[in-house]
Amino acid sequence: MLDNLDEFFKGFGYTLFLFLVCAVASMALGILLVAMRVGPIAVLRSLATVYVSVVRNTPLVLIFIFFHFAAPIIGINFKWVQVHVGSFDFTSAFATAFVALSLYTACFVCEGLRSGVNAVPMGQAEAARAIGLPFGGVMTQVVLPQAIRASVPPVASALIAMLKNTSVAAIFFLAEATAAMRGLTNDYSSQRIGIFLCFAIGYIVLVEIVSMISLSLERRWRVA
Amino acid sequence: MRLRSALAATTAGIAIAAGLAACGDAGSDDEGRDVDAKSDCDGKFAEGSRMAELADAGTINVGHKTDQPGVGFQGATDDVPKGFDIEIAKLLIADLCIDPASDKVNWEETISDNREPYLESGKVDVVLASYSITDDRQKVVGQAGPYMVTGQQLLVKSDSKIAGVDDVKGKEVCSVTGSTSLETIKAKGAKGVGADSYSECAEKVLDGTYEAMTTDGTILAGLAAQNEGELKVVGDQFSTENIGVGYGKDHPEMCEWIDGVLEDAFADGSWAEAFKLTLGPSGVQTPEPPTLQPCK
Repeated sequence: MLDNLDEFFKGFGYTLFLFLVCAVASMALGILLVAMRVGPIAVLRSLATVYVSVVRNTPLVLIFIFFHFAAPIIGINFKWVQVHVGSFDFTSAFATAFVALSLYTACFVCEGLRSGVNAVPMGQAEAARAIGLPFGGVMTQVVLPQAIRASVPPVASALIAMLKNTSVAAIFFLAEATAAMRGLTNDYSSQRIGIFLCFAIGYIVLVEIVSMISLSLERRWRVA
Repeated sequence: MRLRSALAATTAGIAIAAGLAACGDAGSDDEGRDVDAKSDCDGKFAEGSRMAELADAGTINVGHKTDQPGVGFQGATDDVPKGFDIEIAKLLIADLCIDPASDKVNWEETISDNREPYLESGKVDVVLASYSITDDRQKVVGQAGPYMVTGQQLLVKSDSKIAGVDDVKGKEVCSVTGSTSLETIKAKGAKGVGADSYSECAEKVLDGTYEAMTTDGTILAGLAAQNEGELKVVGDQFSTENIGVGYGKDHPEMCEWIDGVLEDAFADGSWAEAFKLTLGPSGVQTPEPPTLQPCK
């Protein structure tokens, strides 16, 4: 195991990169979705609701399979993605994993944020409307700042689940941590348990970091 | 609102059904060789040996692959697997006086990752799953043979300019996650990408995402035959894989027995016949039988 630390770190490098870009994208998409869901425009509201119920209720593996094997048939593919940074290659496998994971996680982020919005008493929004703020103002100035505080724990849970969901990409052409682990267990089958433990610890450390960030945000924003 | 969700659900349902219909052709009906069970087992095996136990019990668990056409393959509607691995397994089973075609044989799928755990826990008695003989594996399981020597090659589109392993340096080449082939191609300077099965790799080569895929030439030949005119096998073999039979490390006596059955099959032509029947249709020439490695 110690002789192959470079593979270990490279694997977790892909996992971490994938997590970071997906976190940003799914947060952005999740905020957009929640604005549509709680907003006053009926069409957008139902669009967001349908999106969340369809995508959230589909297993992640199916979404991966769709983007890898079905979408290319109708002309959607990510062959054009060719980003190379150092020894890391961000090509079609990474792009597909990014799209699949972000679209999937955005639903959970949206629902986490919505629980936060629901936690803000209706009177707050009504008061904001009463002093003449438009919907955008009501959201950005009054509701969202309070809602985000309340939704840190559920959104952090969604992101932690997503961090572990990156392992699904292992069987979809991306050499992230789980794929690296399976490469090593094949080469050194007599040391299977040690290799497994090392990778489990790697994931635990990453998840622990995300939960600590979430905890400190919770503390910082607690005073309303 | 409810109506809209229902509509969306129906659309999704139709799409899924269409997708499933496309997979309907997964079964296949060409049969392997007929191998009759022997009937000389009384006293053939030493008292207390694993072979005697298996012959007395009259049942055996065999680990095999299901996703390698011509080697170890089982379509979605097939009751039993078929391929060269399976033909060799049938010879071993028959030698234990068990009818290979009967339900006394439990065919158990083993993927690359669980071959050693299944042998160690005794869930399977023998593994014939394109199982390369390596020193590291022999630390935890027994391996006899080889009954086939193959090597890694490349599978590319028919109109590809790639002629050998030197042409894929720095390019992405597909193989199965956690397989020896993937590690070998990385060592050759290509960027390995791992899929769940060889057929998924073939799909990605066909749609142009990756220019080449790699694994043992015998498996690639099967895939090329499945996609005739679209895919071709190129280049010389750039690795040597000794495919052997895996058995539990607690039963070292099995090695001599397996080697004996293989020797007989080499000598009486049943080995060559099995090879021709399973790998011949993919265009692989029947080679000379391999030289067995000494039992440890």
